[in-house]
Amino acid sequence: MKNIIEIENLHFSYRDDTGNLSAEVLKGINLNIKEGEFVAVLGHNGCGKSTLAKHINAILVPTDGKVIVNGIDTSDDSRIFELRQCAGMVFQNPDNQIVSSVVEEDVAFALENLGVPYEEMRRRVDDSLKAVNMYEYRLHSPAQLSGGQKQRIAIAGIIAMQPRCIILDEPTAMLDPQGRKEVMSTIRQMNREKNITIVLITHYMDEAAQCDRVVVMDRGNIILDDTPKGVFSHVQKLKEIGLDVPQVTELAWELKNAGYDIPDDIITEEECVEAIKKLFGGKTIGSS
Amino acid sequence: MLKDITIGQYFPSSSIIHRLDPRFKIVITFIYILMLFTGSSVSSLAVGAVYTLMSVLLSGIPVKMFAKSVKPLLPFLLVTAVINLFLVDSGDIYFEWKFIKITEGGIDISVFMVVRIILLITGSSVLTYTTSPITLTDAIERLLSPLKKLKFPVHELAMMMSIALRFIPTLIEETDKIISAQKARGAEIDTGSFTTRAKNMIAILVPLFISSFRRADELATAMECRCYNGGEGRTRLRQLKSSPKDYIALGITVIFYAAAIITAHWLK
Repeated sequence: MKNIIEIENLHFSYRDDTGNLSAEVLKGINLNIKEGEFVAVLGHNGCGKSTLAKHINAILVPTDGKVIVNGIDTSDDSRIFELRQCAGMVFQNPDNQIVSSVVEEDVAFALENLGVPYEEMRRRVDDSLKAVNMYEYRLHSPAQLSGGQKQRIAIAGIIAMQPRCIILDEPTAMLDPQGRKEVMSTIRQMNREKNITIVLITHYMDEAAQCDRVVVMDRGNIILDDTPKGVFSHVQKLKEIGLDVPQVTELAWELKNAGYDIPDDIITEEECVEAIKKLFGGKTIGSS
Repeated sequence: MLKDITIGQYFPSSSIIHRLDPRFKIVITFIYILMLFTGSSVSSLAVGAVYTLMSVLLSGIPVKMFAKSVKPLLPFLLVTAVINLFLVDSGDIYFEWKFIKITEGGIDISVFMVVRIILLITGSSVLTYTTSPITLTDAIERLLSPLKKLKFPVHELAMMMSIALRFIPTLIEETDKIISAQKARGAEIDTGSFTTRAKNMIAILVPLFISSFRRADELATAMECRCYNGGEGRTRLRQLKSSPKDYIALGITVIFYAAAIITAHWLK
């Protein structure tokens, strides 16, 4: 499968008021993401993961190195709208990315900007709203919706552009557990049903565990890049850079350290239950 | 407590007035204002009053809502009426005592003034009660679009207005949160003397402003990500379509306007 995102030796520093470069935020990132992949980017606050995300649709352009998305170089100003249509971005705070006072008009915002004719716009708006399960709310005001619903509207607004890839920058950070669940299942559905490449920036380990691939960043570098099982087996390394692992992984790791024979690639509750059952020779524990 | 504030005073319903094209409603309101202020006889005001009553009844909105919109202006109306009553000096003198003089002209002007303003407010309330603010903004943008040729930033103004409308509930919610946070730190917002309360408002306004700037910044980025590039070449999801009923409403208004002018002329 072909790469949709190619990041090559990406360096980036913010400029201060006098135009001088300040300390480097990204220190030579190399990352290729294949079409249809579901990638999580994990990292501590200030590790550069949001900065990396902003490079994918040219909100920021590299100080050095190259970012190529679907064959478009992000530093090419003349193709910026083509690029942004292809790589949509969803931000952390749902309130600050909704433009209109009517749900369906907000979903149509990008299409209006792109000059899509009315009939096609109507159809794409309805389809996107149905895809995120918010069709019956199309005439509501965003103020009447919950955080999770607002975030799904924001996703619908991106889906309407028919992008090849969506970058989500901590989309669940401001949501309650219910909202997080809704948003995660919407994202997974987009990935599975529409084959849209997903880059999910997050600091929730359980969300990362649901992805195909996890990239861990620390101080502007990629330090791990593997399947969730592969990444979370490095419990020690993750702990060193201040990250947690999913609770069940940590439990298994502690058990292993205490001398029990348990696999070190446990990331879901079911796996954990099975492994512990095996540990006790399949006997039921306690009385239930 | 701040959540109770309603902005725009829109009453969703499906009356004939609600269903009129907002562009026509704005034009009709302008003709209506002209109608109230051109004719200066009892008969032309009567025509205006009949027209107002008709639109109020057709809008299906309870009459007491209109009374509510007129009420805050009553003291102002009374004061102007009284000033006109005593200061205008024309026509027959009805009453004279020392420097106070009430004349026919004075009574005419004060009564006309009060009736006109009450009608004006009632009539324009019909517009705002039956049209949502966002539709109104949209209609204004389209009505003003010829001004684009003169480099007047019509689209930008409309976009600013609609974003402002969009953020009113968000900012009200935020203000509520800040007030609670400051109260928890011991700020006197509801109690204390007027000056202390005014001073404490600063503790609400500063965080509110800072957060609004942050929001504006994030919103701008999000809009750019969705290919926003000004008004050039934009299409719209909201389509405004005029139908025969809009022309009929406009026609009726023009007829009333003509009637107001003609009766004023003939019954002088």
